Amino acid sequence: MNITRLLTATTALVASATVAGAESHVEMANEMTIVSWGGAYQQSQLKAYVEPYLEMHPEVTVTWDESSAEAVAKLRAQNEAGNVTWDLVDATAADAMRLCDEGLAMEIDPDEDLAPAPDGTPASEDFGEEMLVSDCFIPQIAYSYTFGYRNDVAEWNGKEPDSICDVFDLENFPGTRSLEKRPHNNLEWALICDGVAYEDVYDVLETEEGQDRAFAKLDTIKDETIWWSSGADTPQLLADGEVVFGSTYNGRLFSLIVEQDQPVNMMWDTQSYDLDGWIIPEGLDEASLARVKDFLYFATDTQRLADQAKYISYGPARKSSAPLVGEHAELGIDMAPHMPTNPENAKGAFVQNYEWWADYRDDLDSKFQAWLAQ
Amino acid sequence: MTDSATTPPRQPMAALPGGEVTEGGPMLAADGRPLKHSLKRALRREKLRAFLLVSPLLIFILVAFVAPIADMLFRSVENQIVSETLPRTVVALREDQNLPEAAPGEPVYEALYTDLFIAAEYKSHTRLGSRLNYEMTGLSSLFRGTGRDVGRFDTDIYTDQFVEAEPALEDPVAWSNWMADDEIRAALPATADAWDAWVKLTVEANEDDPLEEDVEDFVYTALYRDLSNGAAPAGFPDVDVSGFESVSIKALFEESDEDWVDPEIWQVIKTYSPAYTDGYFLNSVDMMNGPDGDAQWRPADEQIYLKLFWRTMWMSLAITFSCILLGYPIAYLLSTLPLRSANVLMILVLLPFWTSLLVRTSAWKVLLQQQGVINDTLVWLGIVSDANRLALINNATGTVIAMTHILLPFMILPLYSVMKTIPPSYMRAAKSMGANDWTAFWRVWFPLSVPGIGAGSILAFILSIGYYITPEIVGGTEGVFISNRIAYHISSSLNWGLAAALGTILLALVLTLYWVYDRIVGIDNVKLGG
Repeated sequence: MNITRLLTATTALVASATVAGAESHVEMANEMTIVSWGGAYQQSQLKAYVEPYLEMHPEVTVTWDESSAEAVAKLRAQNEAGNVTWDLVDATAADAMRLCDEGLAMEIDPDEDLAPAPDGTPASEDFGEEMLVSDCFIPQIAYSYTFGYRNDVAEWNGKEPDSICDVFDLENFPGTRSLEKRPHNNLEWALICDGVAYEDVYDVLETEEGQDRAFAKLDTIKDETIWWSSGADTPQLLADGEVVFGSTYNGRLFSLIVEQDQPVNMMWDTQSYDLDGWIIPEGLDEASLARVKDFLYFATDTQRLADQAKYISYGPARKSSAPLVGEHAELGIDMAPHMPTNPENAKGAFVQNYEWWADYRDDLDSKFQAWLAQ
Repeated sequence: MTDSATTPPRQPMAALPGGEVTEGGPMLAADGRPLKHSLKRALRREKLRAFLLVSPLLIFILVAFVAPIADMLFRSVENQIVSETLPRTVVALREDQNLPEAAPGEPVYEALYTDLFIAAEYKSHTRLGSRLNYEMTGLSSLFRGTGRDVGRFDTDIYTDQFVEAEPALEDPVAWSNWMADDEIRAALPATADAWDAWVKLTVEANEDDPLEEDVEDFVYTALYRDLSNGAAPAGFPDVDVSGFESVSIKALFEESDEDWVDPEIWQVIKTYSPAYTDGYFLNSVDMMNGPDGDAQWRPADEQIYLKLFWRTMWMSLAITFSCILLGYPIAYLLSTLPLRSANVLMILVLLPFWTSLLVRTSAWKVLLQQQGVINDTLVWLGIVSDANRLALINNATGTVIAMTHILLPFMILPLYSVMKTIPPSYMRAAKSMGANDWTAFWRVWFPLSVPGIGAGSILAFILSIGYYITPEIVGGTEGVFISNRIAYHISSSLNWGLAAALGTILLALVLTLYWVYDRIVGIDNVKLGG
């Protein structure tokens, strides 16, 4: 008798608890796994919008996973295993495009899922077509590949490089260079310095002769080049005086020049734009998706993107955020002049063609690797 | 443990108590059964027990190690994606006569229209595009672009004309009744196939009720094809399509992208339509399937993998050899010193072993670079001039130096444990018989230490063949291994098939070398200790 009653009571209790649990779950999950790059960039995300969001929603817990560099491969593996454990993934535009192509990322509707600008401009216009490069991509920042150079090279006799083509000029600017160990940007820069106009670069690069031309131009500095594969390489090589020129992400150079005060200068000419942003993995349950969308709406609004620029020198992806960019959170210097999107810096900027690279990546990569190995 | 369990008991068993010999019959055990049987049973039980004891580990290894590796290696030949995404096109291509001289005929494009329409709804066409792009540049954007267009093809003229001629053709409920009739289905094969695909698509991908949705254009297009072939099933509305305005699907594809009428593209799709492919393996050895289906070399400026395999082999050998060169004297010293000082030295050997791999590799960067410690010292000593600093990093030299350092403990430890077991009295005996120091070492000590060299070499060689972090950091362009390309294809290019093929070849190479080693040296001569 007693046992029966106890059992009944327990069952009722469990049942009601389950129902209550289910009810609260239908609304929003309270746990969120965010995938990002680690380091200073993740820190800027934490300060600019994750911490403020958690203050507003103390019931939410966020887990970070610093796997963005392998995001595409890992997400594909998770998808194949039928167990996607990530809720929100930070990825470069090219990766976002591939995730979208593979059906691993969710398509979004910017005007529905993202906040309008304070003046009411819909998100799709505020970001603009040049930022919304894929249906799955929610842009956060524009960064760029730029060159830094040592400003104390004796052999240069006081000359200062001011054009991308000075990288290819061993006569006036002797010394070792560092370039990225992949074809992107390098081939474009080579063609531009071989006299190809910006708008023709990809048309030329599509042809066999155009590719040979780019490689021939790179051949002129091949013996004087160290090839990097991690973003930290060039700053270290520049600081040690191993190289006199080096390409890397502009944020890395900012911290080398401004925060660490090394004898290095920035050369914005023909900086090559790239974008970084969020994607939502395909296959989230309703509750997680609701939470992620709620977070995204907040984290990509005008003020939040402008706030992020306080912590890192990457340009906010919204046009409406640009005027709100303030001072560095610790150094107190004005951040606007250090942004790749700053009009002064953006004058000679080159925009990568992601669609084109999606097609030619395999082909050019094997050519590039074979060329490196020769 | 397994040894004692599987070693058959020896002769004396026959004389066990209770065993008795009966005249003319088999030897019986105490319970009256033939001794041979009970012995067999006891042995079987022993074996089973031994097996049960190792089974947890066996299952763990199978599930966590063998199965994933086999699954990954299987990807090197897997190619179902083409026939799964474009099932109708693949069949139509098989019957087409135009290839390889000219673009295929209209039926192939009609099949492609249905396939691509469905694939675009499932969003699987982009994945197929990325797959085929490995074989021919440009297919990725071709599929992506036309996947966007295919829903807006001008095939709605069929829909409009059919609905105008027979309003009942607009009603999905009427459609589902017709399509339930086997005679109609048999008379209208293309339509039935398209209808089934549409129903499946509506339920699965869009989660809608097909009875409440508008039937898609591709079903009407299939219907037009069936009816214009002269089909006139009973019970189906009798529509005369001879006066219909028609549209060439091929032209629609050409309008979307003129590459669709390029026979070369179709040849690639046809070549890669079987469920299994040798394409990834051919690519791994710098070859490819030519236009006529024969394997041929890739253009010289794309050949890279054979070179990398070769480099991985000889550099791993160089690293192993320098490990022997550096490790042998240290191991000798360790084994001959008194225990106290040997232990201190041992800690020095193990210290790098306990340090993070990345830290050690980065330290080599600081040491080896042109403005680094070694070059600075050499310049300061006047051995090299400031202008001609040595290039010790970002090339093969850097890889050999850093890898030798990292793999050295794997050489020293087996060497040491083998040398420890060589009795010092052997050397004394040799000397007492008149050998000088060198002869005693070379003729007595060295042969006894060879098993240690064997074990250390196998460890160091196999480890170095699969290394990729260290070569990536210090190897520059001339010092990277095949594993760097495998890692690249796994995590960056996502060409897992190629990565699997490269991995399979590497595994086969290692196993072959191991076999050769066994034939020459004998694996029994390898000792890790004792």
